[in-house]
Amino acid sequence: MKIKSLVAAACMALAGSAALADGHGGKVKVGMITTLSGGGAGLGIDVRDGFLLAAKGNEMLDIVVEDDQQKPDIAVQLADKMIQSEKVDVLTGIIWSNLAMAVVPSVTAQGKFYLSPNAGPSALAGKGCSPLYFNVAWQNDAFYEAGGLWANENGIGKVFLMAPNYPAGIDGMTGFKRTFEGEVVGEVYTKLGQTDYAAEIAQIRASDADTVYFFLPGGMGISFMKQWAGSGVEKNVMGPAFSFDQGILGAIGDAALGVKNTAHWSKDLDVPGNADFVKAFQDEYGRLPSLYAAQGYDTALLLISAMAKADVKDAAAFQAALEEADFQSVRGKFSFAANHHPIQDIYMREVVKEGDVVTNQIVGVAATDHTDVYGADCKM
Amino acid sequence: MTPILLIEQVLNGLQSGIMLFLMAAGLTLIFGVMGLINLAHGSLYMIGAFAAAAVAGWTGSFTLALAAALAAAALAGCIIEMVVIRRLYDRDHLDQVLATFALILIFSEGTRWLFGSFPLYLDVPAALSGPVRLPGGILYPSYRLLIIVIGLLIAIGLFQLIARTRIGIQIRAGESDREMIGALGVDISRLYTIVFALGAALAGLAGALVGAIQSVQVGMGEPVLILAFVVIVIGGIGSIKGALVGALLVGLTDTLGGVLLPLFFGLFMDPSSATTIGSALASMSIYILMALVLLFRPTGLYGRA
Repeated sequence: MKIKSLVAAACMALAGSAALADGHGGKVKVGMITTLSGGGAGLGIDVRDGFLLAAKGNEMLDIVVEDDQQKPDIAVQLADKMIQSEKVDVLTGIIWSNLAMAVVPSVTAQGKFYLSPNAGPSALAGKGCSPLYFNVAWQNDAFYEAGGLWANENGIGKVFLMAPNYPAGIDGMTGFKRTFEGEVVGEVYTKLGQTDYAAEIAQIRASDADTVYFFLPGGMGISFMKQWAGSGVEKNVMGPAFSFDQGILGAIGDAALGVKNTAHWSKDLDVPGNADFVKAFQDEYGRLPSLYAAQGYDTALLLISAMAKADVKDAAAFQAALEEADFQSVRGKFSFAANHHPIQDIYMREVVKEGDVVTNQIVGVAATDHTDVYGADCKM
Repeated sequence: MTPILLIEQVLNGLQSGIMLFLMAAGLTLIFGVMGLINLAHGSLYMIGAFAAAAVAGWTGSFTLALAAALAAAALAGCIIEMVVIRRLYDRDHLDQVLATFALILIFSEGTRWLFGSFPLYLDVPAALSGPVRLPGGILYPSYRLLIIVIGLLIAIGLFQLIARTRIGIQIRAGESDREMIGALGVDISRLYTIVFALGAALAGLAGALVGAIQSVQVGMGEPVLILAFVVIVIGGIGSIKGALVGALLVGLTDTLGGVLLPLFFGLFMDPSSATTIGSALASMSIYILMALVLLFRPTGLYGRA
């Protein structure tokens, strides 16, 4: 028995060195499918730029980037093309949950690794989890659950909830309600892509809520915050970081000042490597990194850390190497739960003005070692 | 719901209707006079907003920004009419849809190339940034009141233009019989360029006015374009009066539906399913309105059979 396993180990070692010797084995081909055009392009561009920054100068990585135009059918086509004709080993890059749901299950079924730099739909964290799927960002509910916890600790009693009427919006509010112990005095689900919130603001003004908690990504959040500032309503505003990301804050301007938002990262987070990341990103691209850029950066770091330990052709060893998450995340401590989703701290940030730049600053920890509730359903 | 809140919501509906009117007026004029379906109308709206944001960024003046929006959209309108649209008048609607859809893609990617993928900053002037107190104690954002006033003034101006000026007579004549006014010696291609530029300028102004309270980003015009089409179908294609009535109907239905339907379902349902069903039905409300109008008036409220 012992001899057998020894022989097996020797064979594997030989196979490993042979692979390295032929000049291809150590290299990893990465297919990045992300959103580079359309209204959601800002997120994809940040993920891509963060990833490429970490991969810069690394000759072992061969990266192909393609634009999914935020359309599930195009993302599926790109994934097929990358796997079949480009022969990529690892896929990454998808921003949106609906695209992830269309692509990830088929990618992992074809035996390829998928590292999610953004989307974290609950189905892939629970019943649909896969040994080859790793989420480096968050499960979708994480920021909301942390928001509820922070509200409990900080004396917020009456909350008005608002989100777009689509799965991620409803899941987000459900996540908040899962941890929030106060009273929800109103709940509104708006049309996806709605740009005028006068009616909702009037409802919020008329309610006796002390805080409005909302999730409106992209342009919807910009519109809401500008109109909120013009309405003169004085209530606290809270939300997940998606509505107050660096790419959006410039367009909202002073209207966003004082807003509280939960995130796993902030540019002023005092952990090793983060300040260097922020500086390197600014030097390379001439703008402040967003949390999406941080996620892209961490995704590349994770991949590089696993490549140092195992060959991607050996799926079991590479999976084990990814599971170790042996890299210095710009979020500080980072590890994977059994369902390959992060265990990480989530912070409360506040929008402030530094000189002329509107940006975020950490005001406290909202949740420590946070992980999702779906892992219990995950059987790998 | 208190009467004050209801009045406030009616004002919100009016304001969104007036903005829709600025979009729909150009669209309906262009369709009525030239028989052209212009999908790129939303791009002109976007051009107005981006021009305003850029000029406001350079000069800090909101008035200049509005002027720039008008000028940029009118100029873009002139150029695309002369370069592309002119070749489409004799083609069928499918060719027009295809060509103007291509224009959307060109303008969207061109704007992204010039301004980048991140939304631009454009804010209301400081003097108008707060709310005003209306009679009855309603607090209402002063900028939105300004939008209502500007929109109404433009509506009046447009009616005067159509009813009382020489160019208005030519436009009306063009709507009824295109060949005939050409035969009567009116320079039809100049008239078409003017009408197109006028429609474009109105869309650009709407984009700039709305851009100050919404997000100035690539692709901002398309959702409004869909609503504007709903408006002109309800109002009757080619009718300015129809565009005004249709826009106000759509604005009010959209706003009040979103507020009242969840409340209505809340009377006999638990709150969370009332919210879900109410919001879902509210998103459909304007399309239901359109279907009903078409059922009883197939050519729209003021359309000619």
